[in-house]
Amino acid sequence: MNLNRRQMLILLPAAAIAWKAVLAGTPEEAPNYTMSDHWWGMLIDIPKCIGCGNCVRACQTENNVPDGYFRTWVERYHVSDWEMKNPQDIMTNPLTDPQVISPDGGKEGFPVDTDASGKYFFVPKMCNHCADSPCTQVCPVGATFVAPDGVVLVDQKYCLGCAYCVQACPYGCRYIHPEKRVADKCTLCYHRITKGLTTACCEACPTGARQLVDLKNPKDPIHEFLKTHSVQVLKPQMATGAKVLYNGLDGSVR
Amino acid sequence: MSVFKDAGHLFRFAGLFVLAFLIFLVVRHYVVPKSFGQYGHYRAAALGEIAAHPAKFAGHETCEGCHSDVADKKSKGKHAHVNCEACHGALFQPLPVTGQPKPNLYERFVALIVPPAPPDPLLLRHAEDPTSVKPVLPDTTVLCARCHTASTAKPKGFPQVVPADHSNGMPCDTCHQPHSPGMDAAAAPDATAKAAGGVK
Repeated sequence: MNLNRRQMLILLPAAAIAWKAVLAGTPEEAPNYTMSDHWWGMLIDIPKCIGCGNCVRACQTENNVPDGYFRTWVERYHVSDWEMKNPQDIMTNPLTDPQVISPDGGKEGFPVDTDASGKYFFVPKMCNHCADSPCTQVCPVGATFVAPDGVVLVDQKYCLGCAYCVQACPYGCRYIHPEKRVADKCTLCYHRITKGLTTACCEACPTGARQLVDLKNPKDPIHEFLKTHSVQVLKPQMATGAKVLYNGLDGSVR
Repeated sequence: MSVFKDAGHLFRFAGLFVLAFLIFLVVRHYVVPKSFGQYGHYRAAALGEIAAHPAKFAGHETCEGCHSDVADKKSKGKHAHVNCEACHGALFQPLPVTGQPKPNLYERFVALIVPPAPPDPLLLRHAEDPTSVKPVLPDTTVLCARCHTASTAKPKGFPQVVPADHSNGMPCDTCHQPHSPGMDAAAAPDATAKAAGGVK
């Protein structure tokens, strides 16, 4: 094949563009979404939670979560008057011995409380999308990871189902999917947030007790909220860099 | 060359190492997925696969595109911050999977070793085909009670009732209009409710 200079000058840039397209791979993600612009988390406002279970049902619908397994669930805590008056030892201390129930993850609500004394409150739980997550560190094959936008995800095609991560999660947020036999967990509705929607649980929450937050977005109301509220994460002593922020969290919550 | 006089066995050994390394490189090329390591110790293509999951909750903006009258009414009432799908359920409803061919003996054998992923249900889209696909109207007796049944665990300011005492089993929408649940908004037809500006 003989190429003259003119043909060469046309061919080379064309080849360069084609090669660029090959290198770019398969951009199936939303085209206007830049991962490095986001750092996702969630705000859970405990004083607003009414324990209706809408989030649990919405999550199950949105993500085909099998019955009896939960990507998010709601717990009801009860610290009785007796505990608050008798904080002598670990078994009666109001901070270490609350009564916690979560029937079917709180999906269909909670039974009527029999003991009206003390304090009751609901605590929605979910994957904390830790920035320095123990679950991703133990994966032997690189099937679970913290994405560049701060969401902890599972590559279900790569996962072996060894369940190391299920044991490693200090918050009990992972399970082995009974049909797929691989690790499954909250994706923070990655398929929604990359398209500009909020998560299914936030969409379904009737009181605004859950809010998706983008900690890298300077216009996100979370920054104002953090200035004016006392916000805590679960198990801060684990140093997991949890990004599910709880407002009004009681000390008894684990 | 006198240094290498008796070193032939070493060269053969070195050759074996080189060969083994080349085989390793070839195997590695085929075994490691292309996008592995692009962002870290994982397959970058997984991000796109996870993001491709179909969404079922469409978001209240989609509903408000057509039902602006309801959105208006709702924005003036106490349920202003309750999104449509919180009560009506997800807009995209899964179609029941039918007409699946029965697996043959071989497929059933394979399924024993590698359990197949459950098929993704097709989604019905009320937003795309509003006449033939109708979302189920929620039963207010069940729906309202989920949030408004009295419980000590609920925030003190949140409106709560004991349904049995409150309504004697009557459906809530006998008196309350769910989109703007104050009492006079319910008694009046939609137009009057709008004129009155709803009830806080």
